[in-house]
Amino acid sequence: MLKKLAMGGIDWIDARIPMTDTWNKHLAQYPTPVNFNFWYFFGSLAMLVLVNQILTGIWLTMHYNPSAEGAFASIEYIMRDVPYGWLLRYMHSTGASAFFVVIYLHMFRGLIYGSYQKPRELIWIFGMLIFLVLMAEAFMGYLLPWGQMSFWGAQVIISLFGAIPVIGDDLTLWIRGDYVISGATLNRFFALHVVALPLALVALVFLHIVALHEVGSNNPDGVEIKQKKGSASEEAKGKFTFHKQYSGKKDIIDAIPFHPYFTVKDIMGVSAFLICFAAVIFFIPEGGGFFLEPPNFEAANGLKTPAHIAPVWYYTPYYAILRAIPDKLIGVVFFGGSIAILFLLPWLDRCKVKSIRYRSWIHKLNITQFIICFIVLGVLGALAATPLYTLIAQIASVGYFGFFIALFLYSKNEKTKPLPTRLTH
Amino acid sequence: MKKLLIALVALLPSLVFAAGTAVHLDKANYDLTDKASLQNGAKLFMNYCSACHSTAHQRYQRVATDLGIPDQLMKDNLIFTNSKIGELMTNSMDKKDAAKWFGNAPLDLTLEARLRGPDWIYTYLRSFYKDPARPFGVNNVVFKDVGMPHVLEELQGIPTAVFETTVDEKGVEHHQVVALESVESGEMSSDEYDRAVLDLVNFLVYSGEPNKLERQSLGFWVIGFLIILFVLSYLLKKEYWRDIH
Amino acid sequence: MSNAPVNSGRRKFLTLTTGVVGGIGAAAVAVPFVKSWSPSEKAKAAGAPVSVDISKIQPGQLIRVEWRGKPVWVVSRTQKVIDELATLDSKLRDPQSAEPQQPEYVSKSGRSLKPDLFVAVGICTHLGCSPTYLPDSFGEQVEGVESGFFCPCHGSKFDMAGRVFQNVPAPLNLVIPPHYYVSDTTILIGLDKGDA
Repeated sequence: MLKKLAMGGIDWIDARIPMTDTWNKHLAQYPTPVNFNFWYFFGSLAMLVLVNQILTGIWLTMHYNPSAEGAFASIEYIMRDVPYGWLLRYMHSTGASAFFVVIYLHMFRGLIYGSYQKPRELIWIFGMLIFLVLMAEAFMGYLLPWGQMSFWGAQVIISLFGAIPVIGDDLTLWIRGDYVISGATLNRFFALHVVALPLALVALVFLHIVALHEVGSNNPDGVEIKQKKGSASEEAKGKFTFHKQYSGKKDIIDAIPFHPYFTVKDIMGVSAFLICFAAVIFFIPEGGGFFLEPPNFEAANGLKTPAHIAPVWYYTPYYAILRAIPDKLIGVVFFGGSIAILFLLPWLDRCKVKSIRYRSWIHKLNITQFIICFIVLGVLGALAATPLYTLIAQIASVGYFGFFIALFLYSKNEKTKPLPTRLTH
Repeated sequence: MKKLLIALVALLPSLVFAAGTAVHLDKANYDLTDKASLQNGAKLFMNYCSACHSTAHQRYQRVATDLGIPDQLMKDNLIFTNSKIGELMTNSMDKKDAAKWFGNAPLDLTLEARLRGPDWIYTYLRSFYKDPARPFGVNNVVFKDVGMPHVLEELQGIPTAVFETTVDEKGVEHHQVVALESVESGEMSSDEYDRAVLDLVNFLVYSGEPNKLERQSLGFWVIGFLIILFVLSYLLKKEYWRDIH
Repeated sequence: MSNAPVNSGRRKFLTLTTGVVGGIGAAAVAVPFVKSWSPSEKAKAAGAPVSVDISKIQPGQLIRVEWRGKPVWVVSRTQKVIDELATLDSKLRDPQSAEPQQPEYVSKSGRSLKPDLFVAVGICTHLGCSPTYLPDSFGEQVEGVESGFFCPCHGSKFDMAGRVFQNVPAPLNLVIPPHYYVSDTTILIGLDKGDA
């Protein structure tokens, strides 16, 4: 009786919007490569963290006071006077760092398995736009507590725009809306942080997934699961049926439906992630001074710069590149370039083989040195600059950009290993 | 009078020293579960610090509840302004006057322990020494040329500094404090004073994050729950994936 | 859905258990979100009990104090007013205070702890305006009654014990807040005597 009623309800909805069809198309009959490994957890985790940020963020705005006079005190009000306000705030502040941890690992996955290559260039571009908006979102969010690091971090980053010839000074003035970082800056950053950029983020995430589901996921072997119709054996096609949108035009090999197999796998990943996430929230919410920096426990003071200012950890690689170059304009150009060049990755890599598993030793070496340089830059960006560190940062910057140049040069005629015809697992 | 030598300062170049970042700091072994220590810290804070320094993000009521101080006792002994018990622990010092007297307006100390760390405060309050050249006749090893008088002089007395002059490889002379000699002219012995300062630090650590203990105890439950969820979801995943392997 | 595999008992059991445990987790996550809407310590401090000094109140005078952001009246009632209260029963909706608009410990008709001092929340029970105190011109509203409260918004009328008259929009008598005499000259509004 109850089941009949439920079925009737589903039919009623399906006659009006394609609910069951969408469910099947994107979950229950969505073909997913069977050989996804550890690196494939981070997409769903990024989604989880996004939801966490949006929910805790909405709740924080209910108690936060976006004004130069009241912002700092309202954070402490949330931490002390609002029931469970401290938990909401730590979930949000830890979530910000977790977002970048997850996104960096997600990007690393794309890098090693060539997930940016044809036909997935747009997925990569949308992903990079998400990353860019996320950096802006985090930067503006960091001003809101109105502590010393908020203030001086914003001061330094906004001043970067001053390096742009001719319009630079007017531009920084326009961004701040005042001669210094002030309540006007805080209010516009608040509006962008809580309304405009989250909207952009959600829209981009939607596009990222639409683009992904159109072409289908890459996998650790970099071998497509969609083969020419009629070319695959029954054994390769396996026992599962997939939505006709996918199986109608192509033979699907070595794939399993996303639901239930990857829903249960992702639930397991989410549980493991939440253990780490909760450990930080409840036991080290300051993240050793990297998630919440000690100088930010002092209210913003435009007349006194803290002894050592460093950006939050997720910006430090780019900041180190900026600092390594002894010229303001060129520094800013390379700073911007270090992000911009990532957008070009699908076209810089001209190799036909995607996964690192079947690529040349030179590619493996290149990726290794790139990751080392990235981490070295990240560490140096958090430290005070000394002549030695600056030299190391310069070498690492060469390595960072060198990765892309070298990739472009060797990838055209790269000596690759033969690809398997089936996925390995 | 008994003289006691307190080794305080490690061998650090005075260049770094002046920057105020790398002075050797003594470890403050505070204990947030020690209510008696917290109560004593609150008493010391209200008596010696609160005239100039507020803890304006904190409420008297919260302190009374968390530290187990009855409301009436709190009102009678620890609230020196005409504030109600539910109000924030501000003080009435005029910021402009204060800046004139001390060079800078005294800071709010609610978050001092999160800003500078417990070890810094613990060492700082035990590092004042006699320096007639300074406006209040004292200087501080940890915070050179500090604008604050030694408010705990009544308890500690004012130690005298032992200087040492070193010449570095560039031939520049450094005149620096290598030790403080306690004169014990205050109400407390050195050990008693250290303990009193530790209580004060304990109170400031508490003030920085009053719900720290609650946070940690909740954390054990949450993580315990998540481990159960993880085990279940692992078994669930394994069960489903039997179809594939 | 078409891919439903062998649905063993073990699979059903694990799906159900994980679902229930996950559901409990989701409900627990909702707790901080829901609880953060409760009054904060700041709101509680602002809504703390208020003590009123009544040593200087004149006969017929109304003192207005703020308690939880609402006006609370402390009115000194003269003997004439007290006498008048006893004559009004037939004109009132709820002369014996049957509705729970007041603490147990106030009298049923005078609605106060002491006959000469009346304490009430000065908010009309209709739509929340604050009625006007008319010490000697209330006769214009209700014939033959000298003093009372008249709400300017929708014309509700209350007598000097906050009891609502018949044929007005307000359905209930004015609310009497918890209060008690700390001493002969001080009333504490916001707490019952035992809760101090």
